[in-house]
Amino acid sequence: MSRRDTQFDTAQSVAGGERSAEEIVRECFERITTTDVDLHAMLSHDADRSIALARTVDAARASGQPLGPLAGVPLAIKDNMCTTFGATTCGSKMLERFESPYSAHVVERLEDAGAIIIGKTNLDEFAMGSSTEHGAFGATRNPWNTARVSGGSSGGSAAAVAAGLVPAALGSDTGGSVRQPAAFCGVVGLKPSYGRVSRYGLVAFGSSLDQIGPLTLDVRDAALMLGVIAGHDARDSTSVNQPVPDYVAELDQPLAGVRIGISDEYFGDGLDDDMRTTVMNAIELMRDEGAKIVSINLPHMKYSVACYYVIATAEASSNLARFDGVRYGYRTATPTGVVDMYESSRGEGFGEEVKRRIMLGTYALSSGYADAYYLKALAVRTLIKRDFDNAFEHVDVIASPTTPTAAFALGENAGDPLAMYLQDIYTISANLAGVCAISLPCGHSPTNLPLGLQLMGPAFGEERLLSVAHQYQRHTDHHRKAPPSASAA
Amino acid sequence: MTTLDEHTVRHVAKLARLKLSDEEVRAFQEQLTAIMDHFALLDEVDTTGVEPTAHALAIDNVLRDDVVQAPLPTEQTLRNTPARHGDHFQVPKVLNQESS
Repeated sequence: MSRRDTQFDTAQSVAGGERSAEEIVRECFERITTTDVDLHAMLSHDADRSIALARTVDAARASGQPLGPLAGVPLAIKDNMCTTFGATTCGSKMLERFESPYSAHVVERLEDAGAIIIGKTNLDEFAMGSSTEHGAFGATRNPWNTARVSGGSSGGSAAAVAAGLVPAALGSDTGGSVRQPAAFCGVVGLKPSYGRVSRYGLVAFGSSLDQIGPLTLDVRDAALMLGVIAGHDARDSTSVNQPVPDYVAELDQPLAGVRIGISDEYFGDGLDDDMRTTVMNAIELMRDEGAKIVSINLPHMKYSVACYYVIATAEASSNLARFDGVRYGYRTATPTGVVDMYESSRGEGFGEEVKRRIMLGTYALSSGYADAYYLKALAVRTLIKRDFDNAFEHVDVIASPTTPTAAFALGENAGDPLAMYLQDIYTISANLAGVCAISLPCGHSPTNLPLGLQLMGPAFGEERLLSVAHQYQRHTDHHRKAPPSASAA
Repeated sequence: MTTLDEHTVRHVAKLARLKLSDEEVRAFQEQLTAIMDHFALLDEVDTTGVEPTAHALAIDNVLRDDVVQAPLPTEQTLRNTPARHGDHFQVPKVLNQESS
């Protein structure tokens, strides 16, 4: 198996008997041993369990039993999704030894499809960050250049796929945490529409924004994986009961006649020149293939970072109140009383960025400020959502850069939290509006770092979104380029 | 915007049940001021008569049938607690403590 074999190819080679699942899984662990020392994409992995599961798949095939669509495919998932095996740490000292009593919905779905979850990937603590430098267990480095960040917060998943440790992985996206690391690492990252995938067992950050999505080598794999994880789950009351289409079967819809919206708001100040040129070239290519380019307006885009960080931190401050040192998680060694137990456990157990966001959210929700900040942000969110509703009356998808620049250097934004928040400027409005969005490789910078094209579609418009993205990939080979660290066997 | 004063930062930390070091308090005074300053951009937007959006879905309450389901077994529930007393979560004495 090559490091550029997709999930689709891997499943086919197992189903067709060309490769055994055991062989594939063993190879995957060899790659982790040789490559992950430099990257630190994985937080934990379990070779014995994975090989045992692979043998079950091989035995099932040998006895002629029907195999699931992902049978024998090794996958990694971000360590904020609960698994009954290993720990679920969220990259935090708070949950360093947390062993979940149940598995996330997506974990059940992947395992039912025959996939082998070989381990958990690194992230910014509690998924709060844009660089995967903010975890308690160290940074994940970019496979294209290890002096650069992998993006975040799903940086471990993006780096693992880019480096060929696994053919695909899951991340979670609250403000761009799947798409931005996908762009930085040169892979495909999909944020499904809010409500498309159950959040049951995903440790909550911003409950009205969080969505789980695939990181893959190509769009077909994203379609395949979405088909497995999407659908209604009664355990998440925001999971929507809508049929799940056959996303792979719909990929071949032609680009001819597709209306692609572009908006000045995504091409303004702060956008790197190489990025602008590369993304405009990608849009030109789609025009050449018959797509119609339409100018649109998203007048409230410039308020999205402020709107998002008020709402996301408010929700985070509420969600993270559960970490009190009582039922699970870290407890301070010698509390002087119950209040000190709460305050010291949280003060010692959370890292700096998490504390900063809890402080921001608590302030924005506190008496005297809730109307000025929180309710104001919710009203602005309505206007941002209306901008998208209006735009999607005229276009099928919206095209933009995923990020303002290519991957930045480790430590570059460490001292300036606001500069880090502004990295999310092109991705967060999709979360606020609840629409679906995908990032795909569209070229490389002069220093050979991947650049990402973002396509956004209306809520529950994944079929069209994926088909446009797939058609773009049919005419380009940016997604086939491997980083230096994946050139080893 | 004036810098958030130390009292406000300590008050918010108390509300959030976060013990902060003096250095953290000083750093947060500066950083939170800069970030809240950016948030003030929202004041430009006229939101008169605009309904708030709490989440992007057009659904309200979701109810299920009120059927008894098996809860997590006691051992599973207690396995992650940092301090256990029999079948209970153990915490420091609650009464006669500061109540704020």
